Amino acid sequence: MVRQYEAVFIMTPVLSDEQMKETVSKFQKFLKDKGAEIVYENNWGLRKLTYPIQKKSTGFYHLIEFKADGTIIADFETAFKRDERILRFLTVALDKHAIAYNEKKRANKPAEVAESTQA
Amino acid sequence: MANQGNSEIKYLTPITVDVKKKKYCRFKKSGIKYIDYKDADFLLKFVNEQGKILPRRITGTSTKYQRKVAQAIKRARHLAILPYVADLLK
Repeated sequence: MVRQYEAVFIMTPVLSDEQMKETVSKFQKFLKDKGAEIVYENNWGLRKLTYPIQKKSTGFYHLIEFKADGTIIADFETAFKRDERILRFLTVALDKHAIAYNEKKRANKPAEVAESTQA
Repeated sequence: MANQGNSEIKYLTPITVDVKKKKYCRFKKSGIKYIDYKDADFLLKFVNEQGKILPRRITGTSTKYQRKVAQAIKRARHLAILPYVADLLK
């Protein structure tokens, strides 16, 4: 069954900008290869963590919203686990209220959407 | 004597009959259907300064939304958006 998901992951701050983009594109590619449709993306940039993870106090946050079949999620999460550049990840299935909320939020900031789809 | 005492209780200071403000569920009232775990500023309203989730009896949230608030806070903690333990969060 195709559902809409939202994945947030935190990458180590030791990565350079390019390495960070490469990591992101790796997961984008993973999703595309599995036949998922990426709906929205947002890079939050370097953020301070509220508590240290693997002795790091900051991290690059990235959000991907996608439509995919539920069967690929397990593989997607193992890919996160195997990648040592990822500090944390969270994949959440979105219900209809969540989708409506996200769309409304995006409509308020159309400039940011255009920017992140290009990147 | 005992009956008389009961009917005529005199207080030294006048008792304050405080009019209780009715609590309400802010989600039901304003029609919020989804609680975003990424919105740290909003979730901060539902935790105390140690980062603990406030009970319904204080916030007045309905059971349905309290569950969602708790879920959102726990997700935010996992992503280091909110702390698990804190001191002087506010």
